[in-house]
Amino acid sequence: MTKFIVRRLLLAIPTLLGVSFLVFASIRLVPGGPAIALAGELATPEIIEQVNRELGLDQPLLIQYVNYLGRMLRFDLGRSIRSGLPVIEEIQTRLPRTLLLAVVSLTVSSVLGITIGVTAATRPNSLFDGGSMIFALLGVSMPIFWSGLMLMIFFAVLLPQWLTSIGFPTGPILPPTGSGTWQHLVMPVTALAANSMAIQARMTRATMLEVLRQDYIRTARAKGQKERIVVYVHALRNAMLPIVTIIGLQFGTLLGGAVLTETVFSWPGIGRLLVDTIGFRDYPVIQGTVLTISVGFVLTNLFVDILYAYLDPRIKYS
Amino acid sequence: MTASIPTDFTAPKKTFKLPTSVRRLIRNPLAMFGLFIVLTFIFVGIFAEQISPHDYDLSNLSMARKGPSATYVLGNDEIGRDMLSRLFHGARISLTLGVISVGIGLIVGVFMGVVAGYFGGVVDLIVMGIIDIMLAFPSILLAIMFVAFLGGSLQNAMIAIGVLSIPVYTRLVRSSTLSIKEELFVEAARALGANHVTIVLRHILPNVFAPIIVQSTLQMAVAIQAAAALGFLGLGAPPDVPEWGNMLQKGRNFIFSAPHIVLYPGLATMLVVFGFSLLGDGLRDALDPRLNR
Repeated sequence: MTKFIVRRLLLAIPTLLGVSFLVFASIRLVPGGPAIALAGELATPEIIEQVNRELGLDQPLLIQYVNYLGRMLRFDLGRSIRSGLPVIEEIQTRLPRTLLLAVVSLTVSSVLGITIGVTAATRPNSLFDGGSMIFALLGVSMPIFWSGLMLMIFFAVLLPQWLTSIGFPTGPILPPTGSGTWQHLVMPVTALAANSMAIQARMTRATMLEVLRQDYIRTARAKGQKERIVVYVHALRNAMLPIVTIIGLQFGTLLGGAVLTETVFSWPGIGRLLVDTIGFRDYPVIQGTVLTISVGFVLTNLFVDILYAYLDPRIKYS
Repeated sequence: MTASIPTDFTAPKKTFKLPTSVRRLIRNPLAMFGLFIVLTFIFVGIFAEQISPHDYDLSNLSMARKGPSATYVLGNDEIGRDMLSRLFHGARISLTLGVISVGIGLIVGVFMGVVAGYFGGVVDLIVMGIIDIMLAFPSILLAIMFVAFLGGSLQNAMIAIGVLSIPVYTRLVRSSTLSIKEELFVEAARALGANHVTIVLRHILPNVFAPIIVQSTLQMAVAIQAAAALGFLGLGAPPDVPEWGNMLQKGRNFIFSAPHIVLYPGLATMLVVFGFSLLGDGLRDALDPRLNR
């Protein structure tokens, strides 16, 4: 097992190098070049030359990349152009809030998604099955920022209006934006969870249908095992493999998708940081946040791979 | 799905008969519903100019943020432009954007996949290395980064979303190519002296056609959703262009006073994405019965 983990960790290195190179090279996409981007369009040639020298842009590309990697390993992601703070500090204060959102919504969606998927699979072609799968597809089709906006309208306008009309005057039920209390979590989590829940329900249903058809399930039933135990213990355990993979991948997607939810709900996470700084062309922060999210994504996938091998003894570690 | 037993035992007449896959598709009501949505969307996109009741760009400040009325069926946006006409023109933009970005992904992705699968070895290693790196980014993030550095425009959004869809095609085509190139008919073609280009174009690509069609339908859904996301973040089309994501971004400031401005563009996006997903799922079931549930 240790050997397998070490091997997977080593295999992740080229990917991480590629990711860092892409992020490193991204600043070169800027029309006019990075120096103009940093110094402003009106900068004189002397200033541009100076900026180039300060940034080390006058050196060969490969040396620049190696220097960049060296700084990165010391967690030096440069300084924000807008605030002047080290990028790593900004990320440190924001990342935990994004992780909170991702973990809570993934937990909520996993519990609901798997339950719905299992229920649908045990009653194939029933009303529940058809209905929940159409809802699941609708859930996946909904743009996540839009479902967020709809939730805001519902909880801040429609529900209070209705409650007032039936004699319970009230303000907005939930705070539409911001963070700090558990009430602030409800809407962003609902919006995020609705989307990932739909994917999990579809995935769970598909794998459960396959597993329930297998011989050992028939054996378990023939033994007189309770249907509940057959479904939730015997079948679900084997169906969990692809589901775990999907959940792991979704964690990474949630980190990226946080950009949208955090914008809608003004949630002060890393995604919001990214969107806010795009307007200011704060390139070090953009690079830093993209790099952080992507490294998180790669590491999550790595973790899922290892977990997969742990869950399925048939997978050889060598 | 139940297999139908032929009851007609007379000699086959030479009549035109739809291929099995098409008949299977027609018998799937959800897929047909998806097809209906998709066709409506394409129709609206093409004839947006003709069917719009008003000028989509004409603002009427006295009507700003007004809800649905007899003249303006879906109401007016934040500066009094007709929502319905803007939605119609938005369909045209989404359609163009979807087709072009999926086209970019398809052409580049299929090329990379065929090359990697057919030639194998170092080429395969390099191509799949690139794909692995691209997949190391949560997809929307890569698009955001591209557009953030290149500057926000409809054109850059198309390129960014196109680039996102490359890995899907590359993986799909590579794995199919790997198995098809070992088939006997490829060996026969080679023995007859066919060169690489002929083998790829005449023998390998036709055999990956079906999965590519399925994937492209599903990819249209992904592209349209991603485009709306970029528009919503203000990274897509210029502010006045009636792109659905753009409209959502503008309407966001008025969600409590005029919720209809954000309601319709989001509904339209959801419906179109839903339609493409249903059709894509149906096509997959129809073209590949092995995957059937």
